[in-house]
Amino acid sequence: MKKYLFIINLLAIATQLAAQTDADAIMMAKNNFCGGFTYTNSNWKNHWEGTFKRDNLNLGTISTNSYNMMGNYGISGKLNVLFNVPYINTKASAGTLKGQKGLQDVSLWVKYMPLEKQIGNGTISVYALAGYSTPLSNYTPDFLPLSIGLRSKTTSLRAMVDYQLGSLFATVSSTYMIRQNVTLDRTSYYTTQLHNTNQVAMPNAILHQARVGYRSSGLIAELTITDMKTMGGFDITKNNMPFVSNTMNASTIGANVKYTMLEKLYGLSFIGNINYTVAGRNVGQATTAGLGAFYIIDFTTTKKSTSAVNSSTPTN
Amino acid sequence: MKKIIYLITALLLFAACKKDIQDRTANIAALEPLKTDINAGLWKPILLSAPDEFALAAPANAPATPNYILELNEIKSYQANLSEGQQNQIKYWSAGAVLRWNEILRELVAKRNLPPYQNADGSYPFPNANNPLAYPIFPFANPPYAARAYAYVAAAQYDALVAAYHYKKLYNRQAPYKLDAGIRQMLPASDVAVYPSEDAVVMGVTVELLKLLFPSDINEIQAKAAEQRVYRIMAGMNTRSDIDAGEALGKAVATKFIARARNDRAGAAAGNAAIWAQFETNAVAQGETPWKSLELPARPPMLPLFGKVRPWLMDSLTMVSIRPPAPPSTSSPKFKEELNEVLSYSQNVTREQLRIVHFWADGVGTATPSGHWNDIAADDFIQLRLSEVRWARNMALLNMAMADAAINCWDTKYNYFNPRPSQVNALIKTVTGVPNFPAYTSGHSTFSGAAATVLSYINPSKASAYDAMAKEASISRMYGAIHYRSDCEVGLVCGNRVGNFSVIRGKADGSN
Repeated sequence: MKKYLFIINLLAIATQLAAQTDADAIMMAKNNFCGGFTYTNSNWKNHWEGTFKRDNLNLGTISTNSYNMMGNYGISGKLNVLFNVPYINTKASAGTLKGQKGLQDVSLWVKYMPLEKQIGNGTISVYALAGYSTPLSNYTPDFLPLSIGLRSKTTSLRAMVDYQLGSLFATVSSTYMIRQNVTLDRTSYYTTQLHNTNQVAMPNAILHQARVGYRSSGLIAELTITDMKTMGGFDITKNNMPFVSNTMNASTIGANVKYTMLEKLYGLSFIGNINYTVAGRNVGQATTAGLGAFYIIDFTTTKKSTSAVNSSTPTN
Repeated sequence: MKKIIYLITALLLFAACKKDIQDRTANIAALEPLKTDINAGLWKPILLSAPDEFALAAPANAPATPNYILELNEIKSYQANLSEGQQNQIKYWSAGAVLRWNEILRELVAKRNLPPYQNADGSYPFPNANNPLAYPIFPFANPPYAARAYAYVAAAQYDALVAAYHYKKLYNRQAPYKLDAGIRQMLPASDVAVYPSEDAVVMGVTVELLKLLFPSDINEIQAKAAEQRVYRIMAGMNTRSDIDAGEALGKAVATKFIARARNDRAGAAAGNAAIWAQFETNAVAQGETPWKSLELPARPPMLPLFGKVRPWLMDSLTMVSIRPPAPPSTSSPKFKEELNEVLSYSQNVTREQLRIVHFWADGVGTATPSGHWNDIAADDFIQLRLSEVRWARNMALLNMAMADAAINCWDTKYNYFNPRPSQVNALIKTVTGVPNFPAYTSGHSTFSGAAATVLSYINPSKASAYDAMAKEASISRMYGAIHYRSDCEVGLVCGNRVGNFSVIRGKADGSN
């Protein structure tokens, strides 16, 4: 099971990385389904208005709760499909602006592992992923930083390489996100010029991530570093409100832990994660923490020989 | 398996194709008026004492003189080598001078409609017209400032065009393409004489006013003017002397409007700490809960003396005489009832109501409510295929009404100085920003009531639609939980009343 929980959360761009994600180098075995729930909470008090870091007493702290239903199914050991359905609510601790809530964007991923090869004592594996996300409700993206999302239908293409040596591993990935136009409720808006239309062109985005840590059948513990950059967009002008097509860059560091029950309650796993935004542009300096639980169901009717967890890790 | 991957990838890429976005007015046809309004030189100006108050000499270069031939050669030289950029320039500007400058003005308002960021000690800096590029950049183009700016530009364009049409008829110079078969006529033909050029007169008057109103953006404004200055020459429609004469006439007319703007009391509208405190004292003396800024740190009220600015359509005494009666007392049952209604909207706002709030919000970083109504009007005037002078006349009627609506509304707000709903009940959360000035009457309602009244007079076939829009704009402020019902309903009535002054002027201006 792996779900890369990527919530472009308003200003926050909380690049929340659950310990089981579509950004990790783990495949579900054939006919195995891993499903679960996660909860994440993200808070920020300071944000970057362009490059100017400030607070806003009229917002106080912006907090976002995200409740996610996720699943990952192994079509084969080399081909997995994943989904995530998030319900989000937002709140500002000060000022008058009303928090928003609702189903955000469903995301679907196809994950393919074309190559897995022994090199020396370690194993290298290569992954190609394609994802698509689309809004599940008619929320507005034009009420940042309290909107629950950006409402841009997004296609993501990701390449990932993993190297595992014993119980130590490193994974690097790069993702290109193609973001479709967004429709506003108003017929005119200003970016760096006036636009007399309700359509907003969204900048695409690139995301790089590296993960290192310990990975065994029962425990995964890793550190992550993630960098997201929009390709274009524009800065929030001084004391202006954020806008959906702003440049939104964020560099985050994080730690993930996943514990899998191997004997009693076999198939059950728990995750915990924490992330912190160290640098950004037109985003909130978010601290994000999450918890989750997952369960693996093996739909293989023939034989029970293969342990889903063991076969889901590329080596050992 | 690989085939499946390729197929899925192809589908995803297809799904991600971005559609080009085009502004509503990006590709409209060149202006080809249904009526020439050839006698517009007889229409009643706003500030000019007469259409020939500023003299314009007869064109010096008569056709067939050597100098005129030089002007024709300039056209031929452009036309021999029109770049794609120059052709786009022709296409853009030929949609209409009043339309394009109206759009540029809306853009400037949106760009400069940003409240200043606080000082380290929690006080707020004020923009300074004499040092406009120092932060906070001048102007803060908030709703009253913007309404006034739209009115000055539109009224001045109208007077300048009345003067231009007077001289057009007087000198009756023909278009170059009519005099020289070697010149390509690239835009719709017209029977209106070409000296002085209406494009240039609009450009001349507008640039001068924008230097006053948006001094931080002169570079951008001049760049636009430079494009407009040559496009009709390139298109074979005017010679250089038509343009020069128009620009000079426009600049001359601008002096009257600039002189008025310097003395209309808007410069003192920000008030000072003693004045701000006095409003509060007055409200308390009346037994009312006074307005307080909900911003943190507390921000001084927006342009509290704007109600004293000189109106366009009536004198200041009349303006005071049409001030509406007081809103429900903050201690009355009626007030509590209205407050609870706002609370209910705050807690139960539907998605459709949220759409309406955001459609009409026109808050920070936008062209403001009066800019939104200019947008609505422009879309309709394009369909009506008006002459430049009638475009200007209609925009002047609309924007003078909205500027006076701003004065009426601000006079009312600071006379009663009543609190916003969220100030009285902190449970009231809003889905748009709470404006930093008293509640009664609603600015959106007053602007919209005035605009709908004027537009219904100009374009009666859409009267019921304008009325519905005004009502929707008005109630959007209740859905957004930032206004009481009294603010909105009385604001609409006040707006209608101010709008009627403009209709009366329109009926008597000789254009009908």
